[in-house]
Amino acid sequence: MAGVWVFAETVDGTPKPVVLELLTKARALGETTAVALGPGASKSVEALGKYGAKKVYVHEDPAFREILATPAVDLLTRLIEKDKPDLVVFGMTYDGRDVASRLSARLGTALIANATDVTTRAGGWAIVSPMFGGSLLVTTVPKATAPALVLIRPKAVAAEPAGSGGAAQVEMLSDPVDTGKPVARVLRRETEKASGPRLEDAAIIVSGGRGLGAPENFKMLDELAAELGAAVGASRAVVDAGWKPYSFQIGQTGKTVKPTVYIALGISGAMQHTVGMKGARTIIAINKDPEAPIFKLADLGVVGDVHKIVPQLIQEVRSRKGK
Amino acid sequence: MNVLVCVKQIPDPNAPGKLDPGSKRLVREGVDLVLDPGDEHGVEAGLQLVEKDAGEVTIISMGPLKALEAIRRALAMGAHRGILVTDPGLENSDALSTARAIAAAIKGKSYDLIICGTESTDGSSGAVPAQLAELLGLPLLSFAKKLEVAQGRAVIDRQTDDGYDVVEAQLPAIVTVTGGINEARYPALRGIMQAKNKEVKQVGLSDIGLDGQAGKAALTQEVIDATPAEARKAGEVVEDKGEGAKRVADFLKELKVI
Repeated sequence: MAGVWVFAETVDGTPKPVVLELLTKARALGETTAVALGPGASKSVEALGKYGAKKVYVHEDPAFREILATPAVDLLTRLIEKDKPDLVVFGMTYDGRDVASRLSARLGTALIANATDVTTRAGGWAIVSPMFGGSLLVTTVPKATAPALVLIRPKAVAAEPAGSGGAAQVEMLSDPVDTGKPVARVLRRETEKASGPRLEDAAIIVSGGRGLGAPENFKMLDELAAELGAAVGASRAVVDAGWKPYSFQIGQTGKTVKPTVYIALGISGAMQHTVGMKGARTIIAINKDPEAPIFKLADLGVVGDVHKIVPQLIQEVRSRKGK
Repeated sequence: MNVLVCVKQIPDPNAPGKLDPGSKRLVREGVDLVLDPGDEHGVEAGLQLVEKDAGEVTIISMGPLKALEAIRRALAMGAHRGILVTDPGLENSDALSTARAIAAAIKGKSYDLIICGTESTDGSSGAVPAQLAELLGLPLLSFAKKLEVAQGRAVIDRQTDDGYDVVEAQLPAIVTVTGGINEARYPALRGIMQAKNKEVKQVGLSDIGLDGQAGKAALTQEVIDATPAEARKAGEVVEDKGEGAKRVADFLKELKVI
């Protein structure tokens, strides 16, 4: 059986949501091992086992949290050379991308990014990645020596606990971490707290684009979102313009979301953006340009002025809720 | 302070891309090619650093001869010189092969800082900067939305899921910059004229010692299929004549959102 490894990013001992998605995919492909690094990582073992990890490597050195990528790459290299897995999957996250890319250069192996699916094919792997904003699905096969490294987009797989199987076997590691070479070191962490639900978890998202005209017009989005219990998102144009912090960005370089309802306000629907939201069950768009590509995706599109319609919509929602 | 900025020429992102059905590669003929808009922020970041301090910004790109135009654009913005890694043997390079070619092309040169975009707008795998960092043995400061360099160290604000981390590394280092880091300048006419006389060195595989070890000969992966994704069907589009908000609210009610 193929050895399939999952790079299990954890935050204070809790696996990131994408890790459970990776495990769900990995256990269908082979015998699954998770690698969980950083302080508190051992606390994640139960959850990792529940989603299909048969074995978990744990190393709790604080360096894995304080230094970008390199300690994880050093350790993964040692473990991969010892156990020789066939495939290693990573979440397409900030850290996942740094670690997987560095590792591919270290090992001289194939790295396939932006994947939404991995299947077996003729004794190897076939990896599907969307291109051009998801309008094209490209299938790639790794050719270099094993293991193939694959970065899987968050929300590409629905996480489901494994039906059977017991607790994962745990191997605690304590190899020294080389901190002597030049590294990128985290000095401190800042959170830009948004009110309401997290974008990644929200069932409803109200999202704004350049068509809002000015940063202060996001206030009406906040109001609408509060009425609907929704999270607020933004397009790249808005984030690049500095109207909203990066943590709001939905799309290729931002977050991938899959809400039940996505309300796009003043968003034209550039592929950069739609790749991150076209998985929404229902899309509603309001935009003044009837030619905006967002209308090709929307279940309901309204051609009109967001500055006029959104305040009216807030009133409509309030009055209906009042009934 | 000497800065190297890696850039890529890509098909105009405002015109949707196409794959050649036979080779499964990007169609480059008949489409406008531009300097990747993400890379303009890298060039701008480099220029700001040398304007504050002293030194030069060198632009490097790998691609066909036509990629010279992308380098010229960066030179018109104010960069000082360019290197184009170009060779028929580099066609079809994957990310790792690209990183190896760039690493080989700058061997023996010393830059205090290497700046890249976080990812190209067309391929968007975002692998090359970290691979380059690994090949050169340099620390990588990735996803920077703010960059400061002082006393031999670079400090960035690195974007995260819910905010940013302040991360530092000793120089030399590699930084990837996001679009939010700066407003890229527009080349002035004077800059465009001056760019024509700036040196752009062209190097091939034999110059950088990678004959037979790059491009097709060193592929780690192969695209075997490309099919159009199932498109979402467009729904109803209505023009707002005063009833738009009501129509949306009705729909939200149907969806049991309210």
